[in-house]
Amino acid sequence: MLIINCPYCGARPELEFAYGGQAHIDRPVQPADLNDEDWTGYLYLRENTKGIHAERWRHLHGCARFFNALRDTRTDHFLATYKVGEKAPEVTRP
Amino acid sequence: MSKQFRIKGTGRVDPSRPINFTFDGKSYTGHQGDTLASALLANGVHLVGRSFKYHRPRGILGIGADEPNALVGIRRDAARYTPNLLATQVELYEGLNAVSQNRNPSLEHDRMEVNDKWLSRFIPAGFYYKTFMWPKSAWDKWYEPRIREAAGLGVAPSQPDPDVYTQRYAHCDVLVIGAGPAGLAAAKEAAATGARVILADDRPVMGGSLLAAADTNISGEGEDWYSAGAWRKEVLAFLEKQPNVTLLPRTIAFGYYPHNWIGLCEKLTDHLAVLARGAPRERLWQVRAAQVVIATGAIERPLVFPENDRPGIMLADAARTYLQEYGVAVGQKVAVVTAHDSGYRAAHELKAVGVDIAVIADIRGRSVVSDRAVQAGLNVLTEAKIEGTSGKLRVSSITMTAAGMRSNFACDAVLMAGGFTPSVHLFSQSRGKLVWDNKLQAYLPGDSAEAERSAGASRGRFALAEALADGVDAGREAAQAAGFTPGTPAFHPQVTVKHAIGSGGYLGAAPTSADLSKAKAFVDWQNDVTAKDIVLATREGFLSIEHVKRYTTTGMATDQGKLSNINALGIVSEATGRSIPQIGLTTFRTPYTPITFGTLAGHARGMLFDPARVTAINDWAVAQGAAFEDVGNWKRAHYFPKHGEDLHAAVNRECLGVRKSVGIFDASTLGKIEIVGPDAAEFMNRFFVNAWTKLGVGKCRYGVLLREDGFVTDDGVVGRVAKDRFHVTTTTGGAARVLGMMEDYLQTEWGDLKVWLTSTTEQWSVIAVQGPKAREVIAPLIEDLDVSAEAFPHMSIGDGKICGVPLRLMRVSFTGELGFEVNVPSGYGRMVWEAIWERGKAFDMVPYGTETMHVLRAEKGYIIVGQETDGTVTPDDAGLGWAIGKAKPDFVGKRSLQRPALTAPDRKQLVGLISSDGRTVLEEGAQIVDPAAPKVPIGHVTSSYYSAVLGKPIALALVRGGRQRLGESLYVPMPDSVIGVQVAPTVFFDPEGARVNV
Repeated sequence: MLIINCPYCGARPELEFAYGGQAHIDRPVQPADLNDEDWTGYLYLRENTKGIHAERWRHLHGCARFFNALRDTRTDHFLATYKVGEKAPEVTRP
Repeated sequence: MSKQFRIKGTGRVDPSRPINFTFDGKSYTGHQGDTLASALLANGVHLVGRSFKYHRPRGILGIGADEPNALVGIRRDAARYTPNLLATQVELYEGLNAVSQNRNPSLEHDRMEVNDKWLSRFIPAGFYYKTFMWPKSAWDKWYEPRIREAAGLGVAPSQPDPDVYTQRYAHCDVLVIGAGPAGLAAAKEAAATGARVILADDRPVMGGSLLAAADTNISGEGEDWYSAGAWRKEVLAFLEKQPNVTLLPRTIAFGYYPHNWIGLCEKLTDHLAVLARGAPRERLWQVRAAQVVIATGAIERPLVFPENDRPGIMLADAARTYLQEYGVAVGQKVAVVTAHDSGYRAAHELKAVGVDIAVIADIRGRSVVSDRAVQAGLNVLTEAKIEGTSGKLRVSSITMTAAGMRSNFACDAVLMAGGFTPSVHLFSQSRGKLVWDNKLQAYLPGDSAEAERSAGASRGRFALAEALADGVDAGREAAQAAGFTPGTPAFHPQVTVKHAIGSGGYLGAAPTSADLSKAKAFVDWQNDVTAKDIVLATREGFLSIEHVKRYTTTGMATDQGKLSNINALGIVSEATGRSIPQIGLTTFRTPYTPITFGTLAGHARGMLFDPARVTAINDWAVAQGAAFEDVGNWKRAHYFPKHGEDLHAAVNRECLGVRKSVGIFDASTLGKIEIVGPDAAEFMNRFFVNAWTKLGVGKCRYGVLLREDGFVTDDGVVGRVAKDRFHVTTTTGGAARVLGMMEDYLQTEWGDLKVWLTSTTEQWSVIAVQGPKAREVIAPLIEDLDVSAEAFPHMSIGDGKICGVPLRLMRVSFTGELGFEVNVPSGYGRMVWEAIWERGKAFDMVPYGTETMHVLRAEKGYIIVGQETDGTVTPDDAGLGWAIGKAKPDFVGKRSLQRPALTAPDRKQLVGLISSDGRTVLEEGAQIVDPAAPKVPIGHVTSSYYSAVLGKPIALALVRGGRQRLGESLYVPMPDSVIGVQVAPTVFFDPEGARVNV
């Protein structure tokens, strides 16, 4: 079980969290302005990263808040967690 | 008989405490401290099992977790029977009752022996894939049952497990796995820094190889020297005294999981003769360690030569350990076959207690070690080829060739010394990278993925002095990495030994003049895989070790190839001319050794396996004799049978009761979310498809929710209870999902909105009162709210009082009848329900369950999300296009509804179906075909029931272009017949909706 550092509550076991998919995908402000291809990209196209992946997590059974995390998909190690709206911090693999 | 194999004055067993036990019904005596294996060997018993495929007689091969042959069942009582235990790990207790497995009728006479003599040439590697191909139908009925009968492990227990299993979470700074020399040294060093240390070892007594060390001395920090045994005691005494140290004997570390999370299984009672009532049998430890020291030692390697599997043939260092730890000589006349100096050590130590050493056959050349053995009077052959063995139920001789001479040696035991394989299982599970060491001919731990380090033999430091020094360093480094400061300087003990472990080793099939394509030279004892099988697999084109493994099944038994994998690699390397690193390695998987389901389940059994959610009215329904169904975790009343009614009779009666007069239904499981804030209406506008701005306070609207991809994901009635407050209902199963989705948009997309969301599902009990008499039943109970038709029309919501308690009343209908949903704080739910029930008696009110609810709504064509929808249904498909707020610029899923595929004219649309014969109830999920183009189904039945009020079956279906097909005849092909149906509108009953608006 992973240990995840909620930016609001601190380190907690994975059991308390829900995964939320890739981070930093903003919902278009005016979806109607997008053509079919761009809208499909927003709906369906996601990275399949081997390495550092920015992703959303929700501390569902804690503060219930969403936040973002940088996780190395090769090791499952979390390199950083940060609040919604913040930029992803610069990290290097340990 | 036992006397001659027990060597007095040797080992840690207690001869003054004899223990009686039985094996296959025969009585034996052992000593306190014995394992079942050591006690059997002390009684001269080697034959303990029959092999998996060929049913060859098999003896005890090893001494620990790597044992492939000696699998036994232990029976305590009718319910406590554990199959497939290793005799090498079963601790002896008074009255122990052990039985052998995979033999019929007995170990000595096994009918399936024909597999070995006559059938073996027909069952080579991969025979499952080659032999049982025809006829196909014979597989289920004939081949598989017979294969399962012939090739088997133990029998599963037939009764529920009566034992209790418990779990514990623990944190520590340094977890040391393995309490051999390296592990003890590491634990001692780490503990001395003040770090919290857990030391786990799978055996009942800690010390590992120190327990079997003979004529070995270890230096202390002063001038003093200790015997290996005294050093072990000294260190353990120190560790026991430390408040920061937890010692866990009988505890196997079975799995290494991400972020230094280690699974340990502690066995608590299996070694006891008498079980304390209710005492847990095993404890699962889930340890989160800052640093881990892996000191799991090494596994001895057998040699692959013809007929190397007869009882009496075993691992050399295992035999030596039986002597030094248990005072047991494994034979009277012993032959040693060796590729490693440790074979000589075993011979010297056995000779010292009077065991006759028939021969030492070294497949290597002459060396200092072999010369010393000759000087000691031992008969040594070098550059030996091993040709075969004989003996039926016990080895009686071994044949070898050396210096051109073929000779036969009588013996009652053969010891194999193929070298040692570092136990890198846990390291590999931690996703660390293994590196091939050419000098040691072994895979060793390389780069770490977790905060761990290996020490001692588990990383190739085999000699005692090296292992101790490595353990000291690992313990200090681990403590330091966890934030503690070791004292200075490090002290590495010196060691003197009479017979060193030495070096050497061999991988693959040992040299022989025998034809290995005919001989049975076993690589994997437990799965009966021979060198021949592995060569055959490479010849048939299997080059990847993963494929060889699956094709031959080598390494796939319960021992997971602890003994066999490395020799299999050696044979593939030889056969294909590629180096071992080129061939690769199969994956080391958890668990390291089998663990019980009980350990993993812990207390999560029966009612505690999965929590049941019940409403405030649940007990009333139970008392009424309701039948229940599970909806998620909820227990819901399915129907209320009377006088032995079946489901259909009860549902027909309940349906008619509601339509004729009035029914009462527990709708408390519906999801409920309260949406509050100045921007509540705007939030609703963005989230649901409907328009909410103009919905007046005190009014309800049917809401439809899409995912962003445009497909229906949930629905429910929403009431506006104030300008800034909405009472949202969801489906029973969708409550958590909808709230999560709302939070997602609110927190991550719509930070501009001032809205708060609260789940109120469990705060309200919801009592649906439905039917023409519904108002007459509830009106007299209500205060502070006018529920007359004029003041409180269909789709109204209002707060008041019922039976003197707070009430939120919704006038809604999922039945097509005049209906109310009485919401009261759930603490009052039962009281209000019973008050309504009492009043309803005068109106012949029926309680009804979810099945009747389903039928009544289907008669009205109301959809159920998840039944009429399957994640590919748009609002228009479901006939809900009217609900969409067309003027809104955006809502979740709106843009997707314009995608070409979602606007195609031949999409599946919801329609009604009437069976042409007027009596066949269609099967839900059945496919529908058009007689004009019958090859491709054009839809499927989503809901189907018998309608009592209409006196005929009705169904809802999704049919391609369905709304253009009203009146058409279609077919529903079933296995035994084809059913004709007519496409109809979705509303079967009261299409004008006159009954709702009264």
